[in-house]
Amino acid sequence: MGNAARLIVLTALALLFMVPYIWMVSASLKPTDELFRNHMALIPEHFAAVQNYGRVLREVPVAQYLWNGVVMCGGILFFQLLFAIPAGYALAKLRFAGREFVFGAVMLGLLVPPHVPALPLYVALSAAGMLNTFAALIIPSTISVFAIFLFRQFFKSLPDELIHAARLDGMGEAAIVWRVALPNAWPAATAFAIFSVVAHWNDLFWPLIVVTGQDRATPALGVMHFRTEEAGDDFAALMAACVLMTAPLVLAFLLAQRRFVEGISTTGLKG
Amino acid sequence: MRRGEALAAWMLTLPAALAFLLLLLAPTLAAIALAFSDYELGVWPPHWIGLDNFREMWTDRGFRTSFVNTLVYVAIVAPVSVAGGLGLALLIEGAARGRTIFRAIFFLPVVSLTVAMAAAWQYLLHPTIGPVNAVLRAVGIAGPAWLSSSDTVLLSLAAIGIWESIGFNMVLFMAGLTAIPRELREAAAVDGARAAWDRFRLVTWPLLGPTALFVVVISLIRSVRVFDTVAVLTRGGPNKASEVLLYTMYTEGFTFLRLGYSAAITLVFLVIVLGLMLVQTRILDRRVHYG
Repeated sequence: MGNAARLIVLTALALLFMVPYIWMVSASLKPTDELFRNHMALIPEHFAAVQNYGRVLREVPVAQYLWNGVVMCGGILFFQLLFAIPAGYALAKLRFAGREFVFGAVMLGLLVPPHVPALPLYVALSAAGMLNTFAALIIPSTISVFAIFLFRQFFKSLPDELIHAARLDGMGEAAIVWRVALPNAWPAATAFAIFSVVAHWNDLFWPLIVVTGQDRATPALGVMHFRTEEAGDDFAALMAACVLMTAPLVLAFLLAQRRFVEGISTTGLKG
Repeated sequence: MRRGEALAAWMLTLPAALAFLLLLLAPTLAAIALAFSDYELGVWPPHWIGLDNFREMWTDRGFRTSFVNTLVYVAIVAPVSVAGGLGLALLIEGAARGRTIFRAIFFLPVVSLTVAMAAAWQYLLHPTIGPVNAVLRAVGIAGPAWLSSSDTVLLSLAAIGIWESIGFNMVLFMAGLTAIPRELREAAAVDGARAAWDRFRLVTWPLLGPTALFVVVISLIRSVRVFDTVAVLTRGGPNKASEVLLYTMYTEGFTFLRLGYSAAITLVFLVIVLGLMLVQTRILDRRVHYG
């Protein structure tokens, strides 16, 4: 295929892919009556951005939802790294009885989708009176066998001399993990962080199970709630809410595009 | 030193091991046990009922519909998003410019809030005010009520699913393509594989084999997991036409509080996922390794 033809095909497909975004933004700028009257025009006759976004910001605690999303994703990532990095290091660099067994458990854990333990976890959290809390959103995801696997693979390629030198300097194993191994594992850590945040920020399944009401609602729940309870036929306001909730992660992606793509493709095997 | 090393290793592994036992292993085993019980939230104690849940599933028309719908959804989304992802990756790889921009555009749906984009799709596909049907009307076609007619709802959800996952597959294929040395393709061209298709068939595709297998399995598993779009847009309707496995599991468990039955559906879901992974390992074991 010639270069020109290739570019034309790609441009056409790219425009097609952008259609939902283009119409979402366009609809969020139109007055409602125009949405119902004039279906195809992309540029509004009258701009109603203030009205639409105003309604959303008045009626929807957007900042609250985004903050809840940040706390949830931050909490999950913090514990995932806290648990996985030392374990990954031990599996890669230390010899101990039971290492094969632990690694076997990790490989087995990789096979289980998070939906499987969901029911009993819900029963336990509900019995403990912990529904509608950040703890309920965070705790079940704090262990990522995938992260242990990823860090183990990464630490394996770390030169042994580096660790021996640190031991000769009198560092304990825990200090080596955080002060020698981790600084050398930033590529793996960023890749995993991006994978984890994208997955949990967008997840609907678990938050829908453990959170009702608005206090602890994540962005995904917030949009869902506004759509079913309040927006009604006001598609303009609904689209404005969608733009506001989609924007943060999309902007982060556009700013650090290469890292996102690398992060997702190196962690792709988790799906 | 040896005993010290072992002790340190266990200290480092302990937090992860405890979390693994409490949050993954125990609940997974509990879910498997629940599948053989009549447990309902609030009714204690549950009774062991053997395979009754699975028998009920077999005769439950709702579950059958859900199972078949999931298969249909997977049969549409997985092949199209794998082929589409490969096509886009090849197109972008060979493009003279704009590679970063195109990659970003096709990848955008992967990082976009699924629930919000589902709402955007709902507007696009709206029977009366939606732009899609407006375009169809302009060329004289009466568009269907995409998401609220039982004939088109699954197809519409599949289209959204494809749109969401094509960029993900594209990125995986691009990573696989960069691992193939350029000289190989050039050498093939010198040896007479002049047409692009021949070079693809003889060099690129065989070397891309492991990546492709991987992308196929991931796509199958990801599409079996469809939940968000159904929960937001259709709630399984109309008339169960878009009921899928995980959504049925969710409603049985968390709306009707029949945890035993819901756990049995989860088990079916787990067996499907494990089966797909087993197929992958089998094929990988038999193939010649090129790496």
